[in-house]
Amino acid sequence: MPTEFSSPPDKSSLWRPNRSSSRQVESIVRIVCLIFAGISILTTLGIVLSLIFETIDFFSDPFFRQALWINRLPDLLPDASEAQIQAVGEQIQALDPTQLSSASQAVGLEPPSPIAGFFYAITRFFTDRRWTPLFANDTDFGIFVLISATLMTTTIALIVAVPLGLLIAIFLSEYAAPKLRQVLKPVLELLAGVPSVVFGYFALLTVTPFLQQLIPSLQGFNALSAGMVLGVSIIPLVASLSEDAINAVPQDLRQGAFAMGATKREAIQAVVLPAALSGIVASIILAMSRAIGETMIVTLAAGQNPQPINGDLGFINPFIPVMTMTAFIVQVSLGDAPFGSLAYKTIFAVGMALFLITLTLNIVSYWFVRRFREKYD
Amino acid sequence: MASSQSQFSTPQPTVATVSEFAGNLPQRYLVDRAFRLATWVATAIAIAVLGWLLIDVLSQGLGRLSWQFLTSFPSRRPEDAGIIGALAGTFWVMIIVPIVAFPIGVGAGLYLEEFSDDTWFSRLIEININNLAGVPSIIYGLLGLAAFVRIMEPITGGRTVLAGALTLALLVLPIIIVATREALRAVPEGIRLAGLAMGGSRWQVVRDHVLPAALSGILTGVILALSRAIGETAPLITIGALTFVPFTPGCTENFPYFNPLDLVRCPTDVAQSPFTVMPIQIFNWISRPQQAFHENGAAAIIVLLVMLVLMNSVAIALRSRFQGRRS
Repeated sequence: MPTEFSSPPDKSSLWRPNRSSSRQVESIVRIVCLIFAGISILTTLGIVLSLIFETIDFFSDPFFRQALWINRLPDLLPDASEAQIQAVGEQIQALDPTQLSSASQAVGLEPPSPIAGFFYAITRFFTDRRWTPLFANDTDFGIFVLISATLMTTTIALIVAVPLGLLIAIFLSEYAAPKLRQVLKPVLELLAGVPSVVFGYFALLTVTPFLQQLIPSLQGFNALSAGMVLGVSIIPLVASLSEDAINAVPQDLRQGAFAMGATKREAIQAVVLPAALSGIVASIILAMSRAIGETMIVTLAAGQNPQPINGDLGFINPFIPVMTMTAFIVQVSLGDAPFGSLAYKTIFAVGMALFLITLTLNIVSYWFVRRFREKYD
Repeated sequence: MASSQSQFSTPQPTVATVSEFAGNLPQRYLVDRAFRLATWVATAIAIAVLGWLLIDVLSQGLGRLSWQFLTSFPSRRPEDAGIIGALAGTFWVMIIVPIVAFPIGVGAGLYLEEFSDDTWFSRLIEININNLAGVPSIIYGLLGLAAFVRIMEPITGGRTVLAGALTLALLVLPIIIVATREALRAVPEGIRLAGLAMGGSRWQVVRDHVLPAALSGILTGVILALSRAIGETAPLITIGALTFVPFTPGCTENFPYFNPLDLVRCPTDVAQSPFTVMPIQIFNWISRPQQAFHENGAAAIIVLLVMLVLMNSVAIALRSRFQGRRS
């Protein structure tokens, strides 16, 4: 007699997962994750907004309005003699810059409008030939003084890093035996992981004394050794990104070149490198952006002396101390500038210039890969 | 009819001589060898520079390394100076940065890989993270100065451990997010599909199956991010970390000077304390003119490098375990 199976009285009691609660948990987790992802956007917003606000604050600093006022005195007082103009100028100089409008009765002249002061500040920022924002008087704000020093150290760094990095990439991807490669890659990662302050130590206390034996005129702080060590520090970036680009070139292309009778170097030079060019150029641009933003090496080894842009050409002399954008920010930060002071605002204006330059380079590099990548599918 | 020669006569076949066919091979091979040698030399130069740096640091600093050096506060006399203040600062940064950056970074990675559809928002976040990774670290310092030191002063207390750790957390966030995404992508799709087929919700599958499988990869990324954070100098100088710190954050006054439990016992004492970290201490000693301080700097560099090598070996070990399981 077959066993009788009876169906359970209520099937749903056997299989009733608590779906509504798990759905609630899921939507909570989803929202929390969304918020966390949004923090990266907030970071960017924070960077952009703090730079923009403080930079606008810098350009609208009454200091510039006051300077413009003194600058305009010959036009405002066309009949006055030079001595008179100088006297009035000194009178204005003595005013509290934050009280310009109310103090103008003392001079008997209208000060220039804040907007005029703002545009005057922007003009000064781009056309001054000296960088002396911390001087009590005779203050100048020529950002190109700092940019030229940054470009000099970056150029020296690229002269070191591009050939070495590229050759290392070719060695790793084309010549090195797999075992050797396995050893070399961590060594390069080690080089990439060395903190920049350690490279700064190396540049200042090891490379500079060494180079001074070869170049006696080299000063203790100089752009040359800072740039060279900066170059060493970005070698791993150039090498690993270029290697990725070279590895992405399909093997068929190499074999096609060999079949045409090319030697290995000819195949690399005529086929592989051109095919990987977009990735290689992008890696160089990224390395340049990194070198421009690098701080400790140039602060420690390149010095703190902004060189005026003039006929002496000190601003392109790699043997003497210069001051990069990042070194200036560090100098002011170490000096404990009070909030709201002109020095405090200046570092944000310099930071804005630095941010715009590196952002442009990053976008160009991104665009370059997109635009010129060879696709092999 | 005169037979005229055809205009299209087949040309006499030319046979290349052996030397022409070889195309001057000896010289081409010579150039090849020179090129190969150049790639060798370039690699050797990079390694030699690294070796030069390490040997120089070791020869300068090894003599100064001692128990006294590790456990003393900074001093005007180089032979009495030590790094305990900087070690404690770095230690607290290493604790607070992951507390902040780990959940946020992993959450953001989870959102991008597991929860988001391909919307404009997720693409915006992706582009944004790529951009953030390229922002110079000193700019993060300016952000920290404006946001954490100034605007959030009631919470952070100004130029403090908390402000520094938050700045560094934002700095390493892109690294953690990218590492999390890579680790999640390496988890086979089959695991997710199997979990979903068993009736699990997306979050249940992620929590019980995907995250455990990806965890060692994520931890590798977190450790690498931390080793980046403790080597950073510029952003902390910008937010105004001190250079001379004759005390340690927290309420442990005596040896060993820092105690993780302080975070529970006296959180504000830790978070709102002024601080310095190893790289800033090194920077401070290097930028002085006296040779004896340079030796202190080299000794501190050795300590910092040992910490970094230890962290990186843990990361490499984790990664190889991770790769071993996946293949």
